[in-house]
Amino acid sequence: MLREIGVTNVEELFADIPPKVRLKHGLKLPPPMSELDAKRHVKSLLSKNKPFTEMPMFLGGGVWPHYIPAHVRSLVQRSEFLTSYTPYQAEVSQGMLQALFEYQSLVAELVGLDVANSSMYDWATAVGEAALMCARVTGRKKFLVPKLMSPERLSVLKNYTSGPALEIVEIGYDGVTGQLRMDELGGKLGEDIAGVYIENPSYLGFLETQVQEIAEKTRGAGALFVVGVNPISLGLLKPPGDYGADIAVGEGQPLGNPVNFGGPTLGIFACRNEQKLVRQLPGRLVGMTTTLDGNTRGYTMTLQTREQHIRRERATSNICSNEALCAVAAAIYLTSMGPSGLREVAETCASNAAYAMKKLQKVKGLKVPIFDSPHFNEFTLKCVKPELGIETFNDRLLELGVHGGTPVQGEFPELGETAVLCTTELHTKEDIDKLVEAAAKAVEGKK
Amino acid sequence: MKYRQARWTADGSLEPLVFELGGKGRRCTFSCGKQLSETNIPEGFLRASINLPELSEPEVVRHYTHLSQMNFGVDSGFYPLGSCTMKYNPKISEELADLETATNIHPYQSEETVQGALELMYNLERSLAEIAGVSRVCLHPAAGAHGELLGMLIVRAHFKSKGEERTEVIVPDSAHGTNFTSAAMAGFNVVVVPSDSRGRVDIAALGGAVSKKTAALMLTNPNTLGLFEDGILEIAKIVHKAGGLLYYDGANLNGIMGKARPGDMGFDIVHFNLHKTFSTPHGGGGPGAGPVGVCKDLERFLPVPMVEYSKKNKRYYLDYNKPVSIGKIKSFYGNFGVLVKAYTYILMMGAEGLEAATDAAVVNANYIMRKLEEVSGFEFKYPGPCKHETVASAEPLKTEKGITARDVAKSLLDYGQHAPTYYFPPIVPEALMIEPTETESKEELDRFVDALKRISEEAHSKPEKLRSAPTGTAIGRLDEVKAAREPILSWRMYRDIKDKVVQNRGASAENET
Repeated sequence: MLREIGVTNVEELFADIPPKVRLKHGLKLPPPMSELDAKRHVKSLLSKNKPFTEMPMFLGGGVWPHYIPAHVRSLVQRSEFLTSYTPYQAEVSQGMLQALFEYQSLVAELVGLDVANSSMYDWATAVGEAALMCARVTGRKKFLVPKLMSPERLSVLKNYTSGPALEIVEIGYDGVTGQLRMDELGGKLGEDIAGVYIENPSYLGFLETQVQEIAEKTRGAGALFVVGVNPISLGLLKPPGDYGADIAVGEGQPLGNPVNFGGPTLGIFACRNEQKLVRQLPGRLVGMTTTLDGNTRGYTMTLQTREQHIRRERATSNICSNEALCAVAAAIYLTSMGPSGLREVAETCASNAAYAMKKLQKVKGLKVPIFDSPHFNEFTLKCVKPELGIETFNDRLLELGVHGGTPVQGEFPELGETAVLCTTELHTKEDIDKLVEAAAKAVEGKK
Repeated sequence: MKYRQARWTADGSLEPLVFELGGKGRRCTFSCGKQLSETNIPEGFLRASINLPELSEPEVVRHYTHLSQMNFGVDSGFYPLGSCTMKYNPKISEELADLETATNIHPYQSEETVQGALELMYNLERSLAEIAGVSRVCLHPAAGAHGELLGMLIVRAHFKSKGEERTEVIVPDSAHGTNFTSAAMAGFNVVVVPSDSRGRVDIAALGGAVSKKTAALMLTNPNTLGLFEDGILEIAKIVHKAGGLLYYDGANLNGIMGKARPGDMGFDIVHFNLHKTFSTPHGGGGPGAGPVGVCKDLERFLPVPMVEYSKKNKRYYLDYNKPVSIGKIKSFYGNFGVLVKAYTYILMMGAEGLEAATDAAVVNANYIMRKLEEVSGFEFKYPGPCKHETVASAEPLKTEKGITARDVAKSLLDYGQHAPTYYFPPIVPEALMIEPTETESKEELDRFVDALKRISEEAHSKPEKLRSAPTGTAIGRLDEVKAAREPILSWRMYRDIKDKVVQNRGASAENET
């Protein structure tokens, strides 16, 4: 091949790299491993992790462990899906395009809106993109968020909106119920507000109960209403579209994707079918069309004039690679569960949480939950004994073979020594009983 | 060789949508078992119904198997999609990333229960830093464009900390579209510099473009023409002298990996595309991973947390204690599943393997370039040697026969080979951007060149065949204008439109009677 290229050695092909920056002695990396050695090495490294299948854990907060039916995993791993690039060539990529169209359709049904894009990176970046979209649609520059929103998502939101200098304004909560302060919302809503964002269920697990009123107030001020969801909850709960959301965002990981130490994740992004919204959507969209002769139904990426490769600095978002395969997993999952399966999973999650709360409430020295509101599958647990910190409490649980919830006292000091716990259908009665038993010992300082 | 893709049909149409399949009450076999308690959710918060399809498990499996068979991946055949580095993805990486010790760990687990994950990330960071010649690497970004945005936010934080107001980011006219958007999203104005007659950044124009307003230059090297920016040292000098930073778009790292490092060339910020250079599969659009490396001066702005090692405690930990960090650009710590695959790949390649991959990728691209130079109808606007990819122009075919780059690309599909990227970069008319990668054999490259030769001949003898290609794929060319003009983006919208059609028909029928 070198001869046909017309060079005598490979180095000639790199002669245009200035000698000053040519690596003289190669990269300093460990010597190459055989497949077998690499397998041994990575397996042994990962074996230092303790998966939640080996110990009851009560962690959620943005990614949630759920059962993934075996066929979902096996289908999504099919190499025609796995090893394809973005479906630029529609004729040879109908499978991926149709799967993504189905994902968009299923998510639209789930959140009760008309249109979903084919994915964002995660819930947090979807919130960031939603705020930017609200600003584009309304021409306004302030975005209201609940004070109790996920701190990670808030940080991402602030970074995403720092370019066009949107102002992120927090709205306080009722000390007893955790609910959004309607008086404060009313006071802050005005002609400068681009959008209002809530999380339902909230980061701390309770439901926002005044959603209808929030929607009305928001609409009244000419702002857009954005709702963040855990999609599993929508097997049971009223969807955002039913109570007036213009945009729904969320984390699609629990729909058939593993927790994976927090990634890959799947950003859900959906909106109502209104031209002013759809034309401002970020991210890829797959649309239904026909062949040029009009005879056969088919699918293609569409409305691409919104996107970076055509619109450049005026595009609605810079997103290019997204989380397509996670979206396919979500489509297969939702199709497999159907309405009754999804409802059953959602009910079991909530039922397990209700059971855990009921039992934990009987443990002296704990307040569970801290807010008097209905909860879905996450709830707060507060150590009320003055000398017992939540970190110590969690350490003791761990010694007793149970992993407690995520401490939130760092981000919300006013909530005290508090953690958020999560239950899903993966938790058995034994798991929860073990948690309660360990909690009672941990409060007493026993091992 | 004539290619026939699977074409699953029912009732004269392609595979039905899931909403058109199944029957009432069907679902997969999974069930949760008995519930422990009543939920505490009041009736008023519950939804009445949810319109999801109802399919049995075998129906689901057949449907998505059919769809997969109507899709083309690297495992199906040659995939020379320029700037996308569609190399073979080793199966061992999938197997390891799918271990329960990787998939079933939660990001909020206590550090002592995830030491393996942290160590893997720590090691991967060190390897990537060595490969790019940077000081530290943030593994959080989920994709290349996400890395670009992070890079631009770091640029902003840098100048803010220095009290300088710099508002412009310079981007060459050959750059990826994401560069323009990422800079704009971070609040910068984009200034475009032209390419010179050799397909490189016009250095005189760059000299004129920089000023006290210049925050950064975003540069892909090798650039999107597959050419190494041989004036890189001069470029770095100009940008740095003006007080700006140099940003490296890592989409084309496969052309120089192991030969030269962006950090040594003067780049201050570098993003990687693990789903390109480091062989993690692209999944039909993602997930990817777009880690960002920076020079020493910029480390302090990187997102939290970074993975550190405590010699005292002999353990890895997540360090959130970074007072001037920009915060977060994604929840948690990055696409960990993708990181496991890239880590496995680097382990197996080692330094020599990575350099050998670059050699083979560059030889393959130059081989295609040389062979195609002899095929009439195609030309190269800029002389080689190229690096890992090359951009052919089908302008002669278009001028002489009215056959466009798109026609060529669509015709290639009928040879069982994926099309190159076309109409990009925009500075080449009728561009076909070809990136063969190192994992293709000479025979495969010859088949590709032969296919283009046949297409070139048919441009004379059977131009209509090319204009109506492809015919061996699951479907023929689609009406993209209709798709954009009357968007149908979900089953809901489809149903609404169908209902309207039925109503209209009903209405007109009434009018007639």
